[in-house]
Amino acid sequence: MILNARLRSRGCALLLALTAICALLLPLGGARAQDISAPLAQLATDNYNDTEAALGALALSGSPAAAGIVAALADGKLVFSTSPRQVFLKTDAGLVDPVTQQAVASPPPVKPVRVNNRIRRAVEAAMGALSLVSPDPAKRLDAAVAVARSRDEAALPALEAALAKETDARVKSALTLARASIVMGKAGISDAERIAAIQTVGAEGNQDALAILRSVPADASPAVKEAAAGAIAGIERNLAMWGIAQNVWYGLSLGSVLLLAAIGLAITFGVMGVINMAHGEMVMLGAYTTFVVQEVIRTSWPGLFDASLLIAIPLAFLFTGLIGVLIERTVIRFLYGRALETLLATWGISLILQQAIRTIFGPTNREVGAPSWMSGSFDIGLMSITYGRLWIIIFATLVFAALLAVLRLTRIGLEMRAVTQNRRMAASMGIRTNWVDAMTFGLGSGIAGIAGVALSQIDNVSPNLGQSYIIDSFLVVVFGGVGNLWGTLVGAMSLGVANKLLEPYAGAVLGKIALLVIVILFIQKRPRGLFALKGRAIEA
Amino acid sequence: MSDIHLLAPDALPPENPAADMDAPDKRLTEALLYLDGVTVTFDGFRALNALSFTVDPGEMRAIIGPNGAGKTTMMDVITGKTRPDKGDVLFAGATDLTKLDETQIATLGIGRKFQKPTVFESHTVLDNLRLALKGQRSALSNIFRKETGEQRDRIDAIFETIKLTEHRDRLGGALSHGQKQWLEIGMLLAQDPKLLLVDEPVAGMTDAETAQTAELLREINADGHSVVVVEHDMTFVRDLGVRVMCLHEGSVLAEGTLDQVSANERVIEVYLGR
Amino acid sequence: MSDRTAMSAHDTKPPALLTTSGRIFLAILVAAAVLVPALNLLTSPDAFLHVPTYVVSLLGKYLCYALLALSVDLIWGYVGILSLGHGAFFALGGYAMGMYLMRQIGTRGVYGDPVLPDFMVFLNWKQLPWFWHGFDLFPFAALMVLLAPGILALVFGWFAFRSRVTGVYLSIITQAMTFALLLAFFRNDMGFGGNNGLTDFKDILGFNIQSDGTRAVLFALSALALAGGYVICRYLVRSHFGKVLIAIRDAEARVRFTGYRAENYKLVAFVVSAMLAGVAGALYVPQVGIINPSEFSPANSIEIIVWVAVGGRGTLVGAALGAVLVNYAKTYFTSGMLAPYWLFMLGGLFVAVTLFLPKGIVGTFYDWRARRTEARQVAPEAESLPPAGEPKPAE
Repeated sequence: MILNARLRSRGCALLLALTAICALLLPLGGARAQDISAPLAQLATDNYNDTEAALGALALSGSPAAAGIVAALADGKLVFSTSPRQVFLKTDAGLVDPVTQQAVASPPPVKPVRVNNRIRRAVEAAMGALSLVSPDPAKRLDAAVAVARSRDEAALPALEAALAKETDARVKSALTLARASIVMGKAGISDAERIAAIQTVGAEGNQDALAILRSVPADASPAVKEAAAGAIAGIERNLAMWGIAQNVWYGLSLGSVLLLAAIGLAITFGVMGVINMAHGEMVMLGAYTTFVVQEVIRTSWPGLFDASLLIAIPLAFLFTGLIGVLIERTVIRFLYGRALETLLATWGISLILQQAIRTIFGPTNREVGAPSWMSGSFDIGLMSITYGRLWIIIFATLVFAALLAVLRLTRIGLEMRAVTQNRRMAASMGIRTNWVDAMTFGLGSGIAGIAGVALSQIDNVSPNLGQSYIIDSFLVVVFGGVGNLWGTLVGAMSLGVANKLLEPYAGAVLGKIALLVIVILFIQKRPRGLFALKGRAIEA
Repeated sequence: MSDIHLLAPDALPPENPAADMDAPDKRLTEALLYLDGVTVTFDGFRALNALSFTVDPGEMRAIIGPNGAGKTTMMDVITGKTRPDKGDVLFAGATDLTKLDETQIATLGIGRKFQKPTVFESHTVLDNLRLALKGQRSALSNIFRKETGEQRDRIDAIFETIKLTEHRDRLGGALSHGQKQWLEIGMLLAQDPKLLLVDEPVAGMTDAETAQTAELLREINADGHSVVVVEHDMTFVRDLGVRVMCLHEGSVLAEGTLDQVSANERVIEVYLGR
Repeated sequence: MSDRTAMSAHDTKPPALLTTSGRIFLAILVAAAVLVPALNLLTSPDAFLHVPTYVVSLLGKYLCYALLALSVDLIWGYVGILSLGHGAFFALGGYAMGMYLMRQIGTRGVYGDPVLPDFMVFLNWKQLPWFWHGFDLFPFAALMVLLAPGILALVFGWFAFRSRVTGVYLSIITQAMTFALLLAFFRNDMGFGGNNGLTDFKDILGFNIQSDGTRAVLFALSALALAGGYVICRYLVRSHFGKVLIAIRDAEARVRFTGYRAENYKLVAFVVSAMLAGVAGALYVPQVGIINPSEFSPANSIEIIVWVAVGGRGTLVGAALGAVLVNYAKTYFTSGMLAPYWLFMLGGLFVAVTLFLPKGIVGTFYDWRARRTEARQVAPEAESLPPAGEPKPAE
């Protein structure tokens, strides 16, 4: 890192020196930058050589009017009069002064400044150079990238002039890169300068830099080639590291999805020992709740659309929680202690729920929109972070924390834990165990519904939505260790990250298969999961 | 695949220590069962704390102690259900039980009766005994197994001992609690182990049944089986009339005759009460 | 019925291999194996008793499902292993047969390649993958019908049972197993035809697979395979081996402390069961004319469980009966106006059976008969399994 920083600072120093020299050599740079009367006079001569020279001068002038003049020339709207020798812009309102933009009161007879192919090229170069000093940083950035791609030696003076004035860090780095890439390929330049340029490019460490470095001229000296190869290796390492970071990020977001899907299961399976095969359908119901909420908002209160998810969360929790309580009261409570039978009955319920949704909403995917605050992305280094993923990670964390808090801090949480540990004792202490069972199952189902709200943002909302999550969710819970919420968290995150890290090597499907096999082997090694409880109590 | 011995007689692995028992020079102790410094921890709780004791061949030993003293955990360790954190468990002087699993230990000749009577509820009493009877244990050969006359006689003899002859065709699950206890003891007998571990055999029995059970265990012991009995019922322990050991917090608190142990100050304090 | 009651003095005679219901079951199968083909081939199409060919194939399909259900009952009813991935063994047997049938197509395929099946030509493959070799020979394919599911079951079971994965954990990993295979077989580069699977079969052992005669023979073979599977299962469960299996189901720890290596018993039962499922799959494929990855889907495997549950787990006959009944209902309802409601019914069936008919049709019938005979002061017949005790909660 230190070496890198030193290289970078040496490169910068060199560049500053070069820029200073350029500034001295160019009469129109620096102090007289704003004065464009000389090039304007040259434009009025109607001589191609003069026009080209004038364009070069305008490009470096830094005058705010220059861009308009060059654009007008390209459009054939730059005109001149021979007496007085003066140029004007032709607009719909008549002739205007190119600098002041004032209308000309008594226009002299004018002809357009002539343009040929040579001039057109010069116009393009001048426009590129002018965008380099445009007041809009985004335009400057685009221009710098364009120059870096074109690697046009002619742009070098403009580039250096722009670099001297640039203050925005991103644009400055792009300009530096562009300059270095031109210097690198320039004929007749010394090895030392070339190597310095290579190091400057190498310090950028992104894909563009890699492309530039790969184009070192074949006739370059061994020292230069070596420097380039070293810089390429450095960049590739850098890119690989960022690639891993990006995959870890994807993994964490997938892990959050798994966590959301599995955490309700961790309650019903982990705490109550109930195998709820209809858990995935609870997630699906949550997603459909979101769909219905958005439909109602779309037709009645379109202004609330951005809040639709926030409205859907409590509704999904209540709706699926209620369905959960209903299932517990009508079916599951008759099957306590018969885990395999519960599994079958809840599978039947899942078929019924799927078919019900299919009957009501149809078998096809339903469109659930994303609110504006969930779209878009930003970059960290070479990683792209989408707001959608970020929100899902935050949301999963919040749900997890809230669930922990409910179990640890509330009365119902205390009763749930009491019933789990010793049902008979809890009952004899006056806890209504039936009620606690129903509430626990409702809580697990409700959380599945909340997960459905989140999953509606990243997955197709169809009657089969839940099916795709049920096996993964079970594996997460079993992998993490049944009856341990932290285990579920670690299980979800490690499966998510492992999945995304395997994907680049094995492909999505093989990666998934590999993961399934790994988890199967792991369960056989540690049948009680990562965070297994030990002791006599659990063997009862 | 080497762990699987579908066809091996009695499912004994090749490295089975039972073979060593014929080589007396390898014996480290004369005791049939030898525990030294056995410690078991569950999540920070010490169920067994440097427990050491020995059982001689042909001996019957009673073990008493308050709940949580580690009696069941001790049996778990001896039968291979629980691995000790440290300590030695030797059988017949040479076999390290901590390296073996339940099946291997059972095959060596250690039988166990659970605290909660555990019989095969969907099998008849007769089939329960057939399943327990010493003999072929491998899976494939048991598909084609036929019962021999000798085995029939052995089962008849056990029925006499445990007095369940007229219940032989009833289902295990249909027996009363006391009958299940006896059936389980009968299954132990059928296994013909060198050492019987019996966990609370008279829990839930009437006084008459308790006395009969004590008599039964004495008979078994007289036949040359070593027996370790865990029991709370002091009358029963007195009926057995054997050496008594009191466990407390995972180690031996006192050992001796019942009178000696009952007179021990610490035993009175933690277990018997004043 | 008499064998158990006669055991007053210590009777060594084991319970009969065939019980009353077993005899009836076998008699029906043998009769069907003769009558259905006869009524199909020997009567004229408009005769009253004529059985159309599509019905023959449909019934043959039911019988394959019945054999599959039987294989599941062997391990679920008698060992307590609830496999949610048994469809995988069925599908593997089916693929082994399908590969044989593909190789028989020869130059009659769309691309006319004498060796490569159409889908390989389509994927621009130049060579037969190594695992396709040998499938042009029927004996080899028949061996693979047994070995492919058998070896998978051996490896999977060896890992699972040795590390004592039981109960719902075992169910979940069997489900993950079939799910992984589903994903794998969907891939084109696995070499099993990907999404489309194997189809367009022409003939089997030189007989046209579409012809009435072949269909009739396949049906008869399915009936005989089911009968044979029943006898094998019945022999196993009444042997000493089978008693150990039931003991494992009820109290696995006790079995270990008695000196049995429970994992080996489970493994043998699991492998036998997988092979039976494989045979069912192999007979199924030529009768339906296609095998594709959807057979691996976890939902299919769970559906098998409901067949067994409806008929009565631990009764063998009940499993077969349940498979036929549920599949007949499925055919009936999914072909008519009620089609959208079939999944409601199937789902409701899962719930209703577990709640109201935990022993299934046959198990409930046995209970009723046992009560009636008990009322007549006679001991119950041993054939009906008593309630499986209180199954262990999730460990």
